[in-house]
Amino acid sequence: MIHKYKLNGYNIVLDVNSGAVHAVDELTYDLLDNVMPPFSPECPENVVKKLSRYYSAEDICSCYEEITQLYGEGLLFSEDDYEKFTKYAVASPVKAMCLLVSQDCNLRCEYCFASTGDFGLGRKLMDLETGKKAIDFLLEKSADRQNLEVDFFGGEPLMNFEVVKGITEYARSKEKEFGKNFRFTITTNGMLLDDAKIDYINKEMSNVVLSIDGRKEVNDRVRARVDGSGSYDRILPAYKKLVEKRGEKEYYVRGTFTKYNLDFADDVFHLYEQGFDQISVEPVVCDSKMPYAITERDLPKIFSEYERLAGKIIAGAKEGKRFNFFHFMLDLDQGPCAIKRLRGCGCGNEYVAVTPDGDIYPCHQFVGIEDWKMGNLNDDSFDESRKDYFAKAHIYSKKECKTCWARFYCSGGCNANNLIYAGDVHSAHKFSCEIEKKRLECAIMLKAVQSEENF
Amino acid sequence: MKHVKTLNKANLKKSAEKGGCGKCQASCQSACKTSCTVANQKCENLSK
Ligand code: SF4
Ligand code: SF4
Ligand code: SF4
Repeated sequence: MIHKYKLNGYNIVLDVNSGAVHAVDELTYDLLDNVMPPFSPECPENVVKKLSRYYSAEDICSCYEEITQLYGEGLLFSEDDYEKFTKYAVASPVKAMCLLVSQDCNLRCEYCFASTGDFGLGRKLMDLETGKKAIDFLLEKSADRQNLEVDFFGGEPLMNFEVVKGITEYARSKEKEFGKNFRFTITTNGMLLDDAKIDYINKEMSNVVLSIDGRKEVNDRVRARVDGSGSYDRILPAYKKLVEKRGEKEYYVRGTFTKYNLDFADDVFHLYEQGFDQISVEPVVCDSKMPYAITERDLPKIFSEYERLAGKIIAGAKEGKRFNFFHFMLDLDQGPCAIKRLRGCGCGNEYVAVTPDGDIYPCHQFVGIEDWKMGNLNDDSFDESRKDYFAKAHIYSKKECKTCWARFYCSGGCNANNLIYAGDVHSAHKFSCEIEKKRLECAIMLKAVQSEENF
Repeated sequence: MKHVKTLNKANLKKSAEKGGCGKCQASCQSACKTSCTVANQKCENLSK
């Protein structure tokens, strides 16, 4: 299977199953519409005839030779023979955990998937005891996995920062004994950041995600305080300080774009101009009836906006303005192995979320959906059969993904989105798919530009 | 090649041979978790 498209003056051909990416000339692009395996030694006469209106017979034949050579090398029309690896898609150790240390929030962001912080479950903070039990659970269930990830999430985790510190210290104190290496991350809205918290985060957290939507008017329209006033002026200076003191450690400023800012490329550049170089701005996913919801009708505008953003990134890079846009980051050479790519979501198997009550859910997006609860830390219940169910939710078990050209990059999407918006973990949420595919096309095109222009 | 420029050398098929060890970060494709989508994840299997 191949996927080909034109973008920004490039003709790109992706060989889906080998992952090979080719930039090709017009002739190759057209010829690929007319030939496919099994290949005869010579280019079929009817094809030569058909294309000879536009190209010389000699060129057509030499191009055909290149195509068959690439086919021989397994770089075009390669076979999908990965389904056999799904036998490894079985329950595996839990190695990552999302801790909802605060089921409460000090902002009232209009689009919050957690119902402004409490997941519809009532406002609550996690106590240290529960946090420690969660770490013990992870130490036990992670079996031989060494690298363990703990993400402090909410609500707003800084509203319960003493417990964040307590949990972090407890986990660190167990690393040696259990032969584990904890990696902490925290996602914050920035409202409570002060020097002491910044220093602690920079020391202990291997990644920090700083929420901000971009331009002040865009941010403040949705990311509002309880009294309705905006958050931009409070959080921006705090983020600048945090990033300045952070050194080389990972971070992201991340925003959400909605129907209100379909010109989000300007928000990305706004964040860059504020001094950030690790930027993520992502589409809101919500009920399509919401006033800020993006819908099918917005797709053409969203597609052209991603193209505009890619264009701006190219133009900026030529002037030495470099930054990473999360969704265009793609490593064509050293990305994860094909087996890892069969499943892009570890929920309910390698990854779980824990609430202040000690309830265990497949992930943060499932929190509050009673049917999907997997157990509770306080009575040691944990439904392992659910793990198997999620382990088997790979691209070959999802009808749309099985034949999708983007399957080894998207890896089957978000199970929670699939469930909530498409009705089933195994049904692709088509709207998200369209956006994902467009972003991938842009990301791959950027690679072509980079290899040509050496930046 | 005159008509085709191949941009990458890696081949997914090879990656499968010694892959699947599970040492890498757990991933999440959702918009609300920025830290870890598959496409920009790193392999952490040093023996590969
Ligand atoms: S660490 Fe590398 S080889 Fe192991 S599962 Fe992850 S991507 Fe595959
Ligand atoms: S884009 Fe959609 S169909 Fe394609 S792999 Fe992702 S979820 Fe599946
Ligand atoms: S279900 Fe979605 S949000 Fe949850 S871990 Fe999977 S990809 Fe992430």
